[in-house]
Amino acid sequence: MNHWPFILGAYALTALGTLGLVAASYAAMRKAEADADALRNER
Amino acid sequence: MHIFANPARFLKIARPLTPWLGWGGGLLVVAGLVWGVFLAPRDYLQGESVRIMYVHVPAAWLGMAGWAGIAVASLMQFVWRHPLAGVAARAMALPGAVFTAICLATGSLWGRPTWGTWWEWDGRMTSMLVLLFLYIAFIALADAERDKGGEGRLAAIFGLVGAINLPIIHYSVLWWRTLHQGQSIGVRGSSIDASMLWPLFVSAIGFSLLFGAVVLMRMRGALARQKVEARLRRMAA
Repeated sequence: MNHWPFILGAYALTALGTLGLVAASYAAMRKAEADADALRNER
Repeated sequence: MHIFANPARFLKIARPLTPWLGWGGGLLVVAGLVWGVFLAPRDYLQGESVRIMYVHVPAAWLGMAGWAGIAVASLMQFVWRHPLAGVAARAMALPGAVFTAICLATGSLWGRPTWGTWWEWDGRMTSMLVLLFLYIAFIALADAERDKGGEGRLAAIFGLVGAINLPIIHYSVLWWRTLHQGQSIGVRGSSIDASMLWPLFVSAIGFSLLFGAVVLMRMRGALARQKVEARLRRMAA
């Protein structure tokens, strides 16, 4: 049995999960901090 | 830990630390995986499929470490009423769940060529699946509690009780000798050859730093949202 499709699948899944997690967390953080800054500047 | 009880002091450290953990972790992950895929030898018994180890083992470690972190934060919330403990516990839940899911999926992809099956209800796999369900339940409970304005004490109790699953996962390969292999890395050494152990170590450190960066980002986001909500409440009053 050729093992490489399984290896590539495992690495693709890991890359997708990890990059998705990092990107979503970064975007949520930036939005929340920008909202907080905007509200502070409004005062 | 009490020096971080002040969110402003925590943020003063977390802001510069986040990119260091993120970029450092990313570089180590790439180095560890390139080493594992292209330079490390194939296993004499498992063949090329052993290369899945370099993503599967760090994911398993982080799935368990994430819940251990939740349990410690929950304890701090109860004993010292640390104001950031609940925020930290919630911040660790999603990354812990994602890495547990990655562990299960990559384990299944490793199992098919080596064991001839995608899934088996053996002790290690079943207890890891239970961990994923615990994460999902914790996220739902913490979100529901926060929406109702609670302090997160129910979620903290759940975080502590759920930690019972961690020794079950760890010892499952000793208690129930079924399909999953026994422990390869312990406090007294490792049965893995150094040519495979080093890339695994680099990859695990890299993923751990990335996990730390994600937790800090989620904590910073949660604190900023709390600040916005508090200001809006003050303005409405």
